[in-house]
Amino acid sequence: MSQVIAMPESKKKAPVAIKDDAMNFQKELINANYMDLATAHQQGRKVAATFVPGNLNELLMCFNLARSLPETNALQNGMRKKSGKFIMDAERDGHSEDVCTYVKADLGSMMGGEIGPTGDPLPRPDVLLLSYTGCFTFMKWFELIRHKYGCETLMLHVPYQGEGRIQPNMREYVVKQLKETVIPALERISGVKFDIDRLRQYMRESVKAEDDLVKVLQSAKNRPSPIDGYFGAVYYIGPIFTAFRGTPEATTYYRMLREEIEERVRLGKGPVTPEGDMGEEKYRLVVEGPPNWTSFRDFWKMFYDEGAVVVSSTYAKVGGLYDFGFRHDADHPLESLADYCLGCYTNLNLPSRIDMICKYIDEYQADGLLINSIKSCNSFSAGQLLILREVEKRTGKPAAFIETDLVDPRYFSGANVKNRLESYFQMVKQKRTSLVGAH
Amino acid sequence: MLAPISPVQRIIDRCTQLFEDLDLQAVKDWKAAKPGRKAIGYMPVYVPRELIHAAGMLPVGILGGGDALEVIQGDAYYQSYICRIPRSTIELGLTGRLDCLDGMLFPSICDVIRNLSGMWQILFKDKYVRYIDVPQNYIDSIGGNFYIQEMEVLREDLGKLRGSPITDAELNASIAIYNDNRAAIDELYKYRAAKPWQAPTSEVYLLLRAGMVLPPEDHTTLVREYLKATDEVQRPKRDNARVVINGSFCEQPPLALIKSIEMSGCYVVDDDFMLVTRWLLDEVPANGNPLEELSQAFLHRSATTAAKYDTTREEKGMFLLKQVKTRGAEGVIFAAPSFCDPALLERPMLQDVMKQHEVPYTAFKYAENTGQMAPIREQAGTFADSIKLWSVK
Repeated sequence: MSQVIAMPESKKKAPVAIKDDAMNFQKELINANYMDLATAHQQGRKVAATFVPGNLNELLMCFNLARSLPETNALQNGMRKKSGKFIMDAERDGHSEDVCTYVKADLGSMMGGEIGPTGDPLPRPDVLLLSYTGCFTFMKWFELIRHKYGCETLMLHVPYQGEGRIQPNMREYVVKQLKETVIPALERISGVKFDIDRLRQYMRESVKAEDDLVKVLQSAKNRPSPIDGYFGAVYYIGPIFTAFRGTPEATTYYRMLREEIEERVRLGKGPVTPEGDMGEEKYRLVVEGPPNWTSFRDFWKMFYDEGAVVVSSTYAKVGGLYDFGFRHDADHPLESLADYCLGCYTNLNLPSRIDMICKYIDEYQADGLLINSIKSCNSFSAGQLLILREVEKRTGKPAAFIETDLVDPRYFSGANVKNRLESYFQMVKQKRTSLVGAH
Repeated sequence: MLAPISPVQRIIDRCTQLFEDLDLQAVKDWKAAKPGRKAIGYMPVYVPRELIHAAGMLPVGILGGGDALEVIQGDAYYQSYICRIPRSTIELGLTGRLDCLDGMLFPSICDVIRNLSGMWQILFKDKYVRYIDVPQNYIDSIGGNFYIQEMEVLREDLGKLRGSPITDAELNASIAIYNDNRAAIDELYKYRAAKPWQAPTSEVYLLLRAGMVLPPEDHTTLVREYLKATDEVQRPKRDNARVVINGSFCEQPPLALIKSIEMSGCYVVDDDFMLVTRWLLDEVPANGNPLEELSQAFLHRSATTAAKYDTTREEKGMFLLKQVKTRGAEGVIFAAPSFCDPALLERPMLQDVMKQHEVPYTAFKYAENTGQMAPIREQAGTFADSIKLWSVK
């Protein structure tokens, strides 16, 4: 029997973070989406849940569906220190301690009364769009929700880039599924007829935001980098990876963000951290793997206190490889949606992931690679130790490995992570000194 | 004077030898028998072995290193929270034990095996490596077309590897051979369900493992010889609980674990070990368009496991329930490898379905090198006792 144990609210005062205008606007957008979800059923609208990698936001908007993204719900709960309890509730309900904590945080949250991270009601989805990109757990996740709550699932099988490229038959397969199964089902569920011109319009809007996002991410090539391409980037990717890609709000947000960043470049400023502008940039890193959310600020602080800035990260590409040129193409809308799904980071094979990281290290003049290996996420984690070796071999730059989890606070050992990071920064310094000596 | 070895024992001894041989001597011998022969490895759960066979190559099932392999290098490639099969498979590769394989196929079962395909591409650059994507859309004109195209690629690649294209006639001949092999295994599984004391699962398991390294023709003969031989020797029948094992479709339990379950008072009457041998549920027509026929069999007449999407909620658990009902099982043992995402995520749903249908179950985890069997024996024994003593008939 499901057992949900009530926990007292934390009395600890939440720390105040310094935010710039774009960050505040981003927060407004995310909160507005939770409000939209909370009121969707009252307004006679249906609710879709879907995942970040392979998120077909433009398509879902064509059917007036409110959009919920369980991963972001879980991470929002993680950042608000709520996920630990949800995970334990799910484990008490029979879920293994070995499996993905996003799944358990989501299931635990649903067991606890379907309240979203902001405290607003989070309605039960009318459809679970299983855009199955780069992660097998997604499939089981929605099967589990369907099993418990009876929500309809819609499968969009996205083949894996096992050979490191998108083959024509893969694209054709995804397009056929969209045309013949996904779109007709979304029409039936929503009661809204599909209009391809509406989709094209959203895609044109997407491109504007995508262009600006790329400029923001690539601004980290400057010295000092005006952004943190990992801790800061997770805020930057929020709207475009979730319910806002294709909306005018996203266009406004990314324009505002780009302008802010350009101004920082002009002023020679480093990234904004929760404690204000970062001090001197001492280390430039590339990070592979998702962040830990339950101790996000403590984790970030370990970097900026040491003058370490992440200039690029693979996690900021889970919802699309825009910096490698992909743009939604309104002239080929369904093919473009297919390419989008096929091209997300975790759908790339290991050699492609290694190539990408080496390229980042080179182009962003990084001092090395840090892998944050996530217990929950085999899609990212399986093979990371080989990635580490290969990147070190190919770039000659030092690499380091830490282990945390997404939203399970039991798997974040602050002291251990800090020790490893400090050792790594020393190693980078030493390597840099020895290189200077060699010249 | 030593007692003569019975035919059953002789067969099982041979299977045991094949099972314990991590150096794949049988594969080397097969290759050496005719110059130019090639062997292709594949991992669980399913690959269309007919294509490999049609190329004149030996399909070789790679199921990790088991409990006899000391994993040293493999551990350096994986974090502690990742299952054991990829690390022992890497160990097998890095220690040269898989050198006799000319290629490796990695089916779409989970993120770990999927990523292992990329690792293999990096670590074994001189080998043919392919990730085998199977459709999660079961409509012929959509998922079926995709799957046929994927098989076409494999067919072309294997043709290039041997130096000439694989013909439809060759494929149909291989389909017929695997039909026969599946028929033999079906006979074995039916026989075991009818007389589990005559065909203990520790023996059935070894027979299936032999099929991972033997040519299918030889394996079919071996299975039928076993059935004949074991039926001629009457063994004692015990009042054991009849159970289905579920969750062991990828990383394998140690043989001692299977024996422990049996010793604790259970007759295993169905399982999901080496599903590749029983994935296609009936005869594939061997006189049509071979890839189309293989595709249709996969889409519409194949087994179910956690790695395969169930289109509707109503389908969930039905395959397992059917195993329980048709085999006359009294309970289910969910035995999944530690950190196996598909099996462990699937398990709560299957348990719920079993509960709804009043099928008793118990659950535990294992690793391929689990050494301590006492807790498992106790748990399985208690489960068997509870079925025998308390289940309402």
